[in-house]
Amino acid sequence: MTTVDRRLWLLLPAGLTLTVAFLLPVGWLLSRAFTFPQPGFQNFVLLWERPVYLRVMGNTLWISAIVTPITVLLAFPVAHLMAHGSPRLRRWLVFLVLVPFWTSLLVRSFATAILLQRHGVLNSFLIAFGFTEEPLPLLYNMAGLLAGCVQVLLPFVIFPLYSSMARIDPAYMRAASTLGATPVRAFLRVYLPLTLPGLMTGATLVFISTLGYYIIPALLGGARQQMIAQLIQDQIATFGNWGVAGALSLVLLAATAALLALLQFTVGLKEIAR
Amino acid sequence: MNADGMTPWRLLRGALCILVAVYLLAPLVVVVIISFSSASFLQFPPPGLSLRWYAQLLSTPAWTNALLVSVKLLVPSSILATLMGTAAAYALVRGRIPGATVIMACLMLPIVVPGMITAAALFGVYRGMGLNGTLTGLVIGHTVLSLPYVVATVASALRVQDARLEQAASTLGAPPWTAFRRITLPLILPAVLSSLLLAAILSFDELIVSLFVSSARVRPVAVQMWSNLLGDFDPTIAAIATVCFGFALLVLIADLALRAGRGLRLA
Repeated sequence: MTTVDRRLWLLLPAGLTLTVAFLLPVGWLLSRAFTFPQPGFQNFVLLWERPVYLRVMGNTLWISAIVTPITVLLAFPVAHLMAHGSPRLRRWLVFLVLVPFWTSLLVRSFATAILLQRHGVLNSFLIAFGFTEEPLPLLYNMAGLLAGCVQVLLPFVIFPLYSSMARIDPAYMRAASTLGATPVRAFLRVYLPLTLPGLMTGATLVFISTLGYYIIPALLGGARQQMIAQLIQDQIATFGNWGVAGALSLVLLAATAALLALLQFTVGLKEIAR
Repeated sequence: MNADGMTPWRLLRGALCILVAVYLLAPLVVVVIISFSSASFLQFPPPGLSLRWYAQLLSTPAWTNALLVSVKLLVPSSILATLMGTAAAYALVRGRIPGATVIMACLMLPIVVPGMITAAALFGVYRGMGLNGTLTGLVIGHTVLSLPYVVATVASALRVQDARLEQAASTLGAPPWTAFRRITLPLILPAVLSSLLLAAILSFDELIVSLFVSSARVRPVAVQMWSNLLGDFDPTIAAIATVCFGFALLVLIADLALRAGRGLRLA
């Protein structure tokens, strides 16, 4: 037997493509942070000193921090019904969640915009049922942005949560109630902790996805909800400022990596892959 | 689960599930209906039905060109990603390759790294190579973005299959390529086809890299939609959105059928 497996050659096309068309370009972009327009850390000083950059980075974190709990709370009952309902109901629910999951983000954001516009379906509905007299401003602001993000990200929590819940042995809950726990107590002390791997995985996926979003804030949010990816685009397309764009990319990537490391530390990536 | 005290919780769960279902599907349903509207603005419910926006779509060169570019883009990029991804997954799962876990993690990076960073990076290095605004540049970008999905799908199918089947074929004298083609490939074929479909839809839907790398002449559907959305939009955009949605639905159903086939084979 040779020391190196001959099947290593099969890895070459993918490895080469990834290196040349992804790793090197991304490395080049990140290196701009330290080299453009001249070598040094001036771009990071700029990020810290110009209020607009700090505001956008703060915005991005804040929006992700709101989107995550809303998405988890809405995903929970769906995953629960998927895991503990009848097989027939489960198949329907899976299909129902997969349909939007496979549909392009752009199409769904556009669809959400149609629904939320001033004379859109939701406003007509709210007026018809007397919830409001004037159409509510639901688009090009925080409400529109949140509605768009949560809608797109729900499947990212539903599926990991479902896989955690489906593995919970119903005997645990019966044991808890036999031992005198009220249903609520049994849920909080036995059921909920067992869903944590799925819940943490889903929540992390939502958080890091939101951090990097471009299409949804550009289409559904307003000027005050500008996010970091929009700022990167702006720096390159409008100002040709590759230095600041590189520095912002580095900050975004570092935040993403830190959250993934945290997930790995708490749940373990083996668990996530299951 | 059977205690009477659970009933209000069950009602709440049911109500929330219906709410989420409406939230997920209502926007899509509304867009599909509006695309058949006879009115010239995005009004719901439409005053009447017509196919005029689909006719408009097919008679506007910007849209027909965009559809053509998207097809010219998704065919090579999905095939390339599937071939390279399948080969890589096979090497990583079946081969004895040092650092296979790390290599696998690196191949997953295009999913983890935000699209804007990938787009800006490719746009930056393409400038020096004259690849911006070319189909080649777009194909490379889309191939890289689809690669991780192919590797993940095929690798998980390979892990389920018994490696000893192929070893048995080799022991009986089959050369490696024959053993792969006659034993392993038929077993993982549904997964390979399923990742081909996934790569095709990913390419068709991809916007951010396309936005940076495309030009007015080489402009795929997603970018054409985007530029229309930022301007004044009419129901043509609902018609193209419905086409995209229909394409996604078709691919999803094909994928579910492939998965069902795979399940039968395993059983």
